[in-house]
Amino acid sequence: MGRVRSVVLTVVAPGAALGLAFAVAWLILGLTGADPAATLSDALRYGIQPSTLIAVVNKAVPYYLAGIAAAIGFHLRLFNIGIDGQYRLAAFAAAVVGAAVALPAPLHVALIVLVAMVVGWAWAAIAGLLYVHRGVNVVISTIMLNAIATGIIAYLLSPLRLAQQAAGSNNVTTATIPDSGWVPGIPTAAGDLNGLVALATLVGLGYWIVLHRTTVGFEVRGMGLASRAATVAGIRAPRLALLTMAASGAIAGLVGLPQLLGTSHRFGLDFPAGLAFTGLSVAILGRNHPIGVAVAAFVWAFIERSAQVLDLAGVSKEVVTILQAVIVLSIVVAYELVRRIRARQERRYVANSVEGVRA
Amino acid sequence: MHFRSGTLTALSALALLVGACGPQQAAPSDLGPSPGPPVLPTKNPVPLPNASITKIAVAFDISGRGDGGFNDIAYDGARQAADELGAELREVTAKLDDTDDDRAERLRLLAGADYDPIIAVGFTYAAPLQIVAAEFPAVHFGIVDDATVNAPNVEGITFAEQEGSFLVGAAAGLKTKTKAVGFIGAVQLPLLQKFEAGYTAGVRAANPDATVEVTYLSQPPDYSGFGDPPHGREAALGMYDNGVDIIFAAAGGSGSGVHEAAASSNHWSIGVDADEYTLAPESVRDHILTSMLKNANVGTYTFVMSVARGTFVAGNQTFGLANGGVGYSTSGGFVADIKTKLDAFAAQIIAGTISVPETP
Repeated sequence: MGRVRSVVLTVVAPGAALGLAFAVAWLILGLTGADPAATLSDALRYGIQPSTLIAVVNKAVPYYLAGIAAAIGFHLRLFNIGIDGQYRLAAFAAAVVGAAVALPAPLHVALIVLVAMVVGWAWAAIAGLLYVHRGVNVVISTIMLNAIATGIIAYLLSPLRLAQQAAGSNNVTTATIPDSGWVPGIPTAAGDLNGLVALATLVGLGYWIVLHRTTVGFEVRGMGLASRAATVAGIRAPRLALLTMAASGAIAGLVGLPQLLGTSHRFGLDFPAGLAFTGLSVAILGRNHPIGVAVAAFVWAFIERSAQVLDLAGVSKEVVTILQAVIVLSIVVAYELVRRIRARQERRYVANSVEGVRA
Repeated sequence: MHFRSGTLTALSALALLVGACGPQQAAPSDLGPSPGPPVLPTKNPVPLPNASITKIAVAFDISGRGDGGFNDIAYDGARQAADELGAELREVTAKLDDTDDDRAERLRLLAGADYDPIIAVGFTYAAPLQIVAAEFPAVHFGIVDDATVNAPNVEGITFAEQEGSFLVGAAAGLKTKTKAVGFIGAVQLPLLQKFEAGYTAGVRAANPDATVEVTYLSQPPDYSGFGDPPHGREAALGMYDNGVDIIFAAAGGSGSGVHEAAASSNHWSIGVDADEYTLAPESVRDHILTSMLKNANVGTYTFVMSVARGTFVAGNQTFGLANGGVGYSTSGGFVADIKTKLDAFAAQIIAGTISVPETP
């Protein structure tokens, strides 16, 4: 009985948050002079077309990887804002290395993935070391490292150094990776699914296994639930923080690979920024759970994709940003409410049990 | 003669820019080449079936319309064409974290909703357009600031920004008293480095002793430099403190900060894309020496009308000094005394005796 109620509570929170966000969207659309019912049903109808759904999944893959990277940090209350810089530096390095070597297909892809992970790992480890040895707040250091990563890439991504500019183009890119380093799409009736879906699945699985089936995972969870108790129990907090931060960075390094290996095959000025905040939001929304984060990434991508129709219908695309913000905000509130309700129930349960024992 | 056509091209470019809200073809036809549909060599002249135009779309990159600069000007050209044709005009704008896939889908949705022609503004649409153009062979696409898309239904609309920048550079070189001038670019992109290269070459040509101080407000993928006036102001004040007395602000929306800095410290600034003298607040405008004009409206208008008239040809069209695509403004009359010299430079560029570099 208690367990059923607990599951219901877990599902009610995100459901209520989505409902609230939906209501706010309705209100904003009404205020901006659009017809809410027609606009939202247009967006929904477009959103559930098979080809759109495939595109949503493809868009959700980098969000999922960013979400898992953020979730790893969240266990120790480390806000890895640096996912953005880690991913871009990693994708850039992977693109350069990938274009420079020729290897049989599986090895080539594996090398690119490895380079991306190592670069992300190393870049995040800097923030981890600063935190552990100098007490530098991770939020601050990762924001600064993002800026440094931007500078490094801007310096190296130049026709004078590691990049090239095609005649008549205003884009600067690295050389194209030979096709042995491409990951083919998975063909479906409604279009190609990005092949990196498989990698994302592995990452999700690995995340769960490490967290729930290894000593390190146990230590991380223990430290997250009750840091003082964990420290008393002999878990070394600094070592764990460094490890967690670096692991978060290694996963963040993978974020750019769906685009790099699956579609563009080169790194250029058109690689998106801002994925750190998407990752953090998605991790919060998915409660750091591998499946929850997957659902959250899908919802996030779905909203963004459906928004294309809103823009076409003359509705400002900023509505979508407001919508996403409302979802995150209301989900935080909803989880807090659920936590309080649950705490009260537990207190009552304990009180009842104690009374029962006395009687 | 070269001198004459240079003057008049700049004039007629200006006329067209102003003419966005007045009747088209304001420039009399005997005044040199009109900025109407220029006939330029193309690499792939495949005629496409001419449909009557009812729905036109413009897809912007992240900054979008309302920047008071380049995007608005590009939109004006499409707006003018749409008004003349009685067609519907729709605009859509990219989001910050868009991937190629999202941009392709944006174009696909427009094409699927029967928009034709479709104008994509910005080089980030190049790779997506290459894909989508093949999916909709009957739809005409124009892409601004890129010449790499190779398809029978795509026209690349590019500008010789370095030529216009050369002229305002020459103006700065002639006007500087401290022999030190500045360049503030929005974001360190190859596109903006064309402005820098042309400007620096212009300064050198007019005043070999002058130095050029160069800075960019941000580096990709941080595009904040396009819309950060306080940052522009601080960068400009720093340059003015260092003895620079004229700054070319190729900085999009951040340019207003540079102009403010010029006004508050009593120096000159130079505008970009639009004739910023006419857009700036009155307290500031008397410090805007001139503006480098990038008449994106000429490009977009010409493209839409070519589709409407059935004269569309695929391939790249470059809009430079010779066909009114770029130029410099004379509003305020601050460059009246050096106008003959500037127009002489313009004539030499058009004649090919001066070759303006595209990279710094």
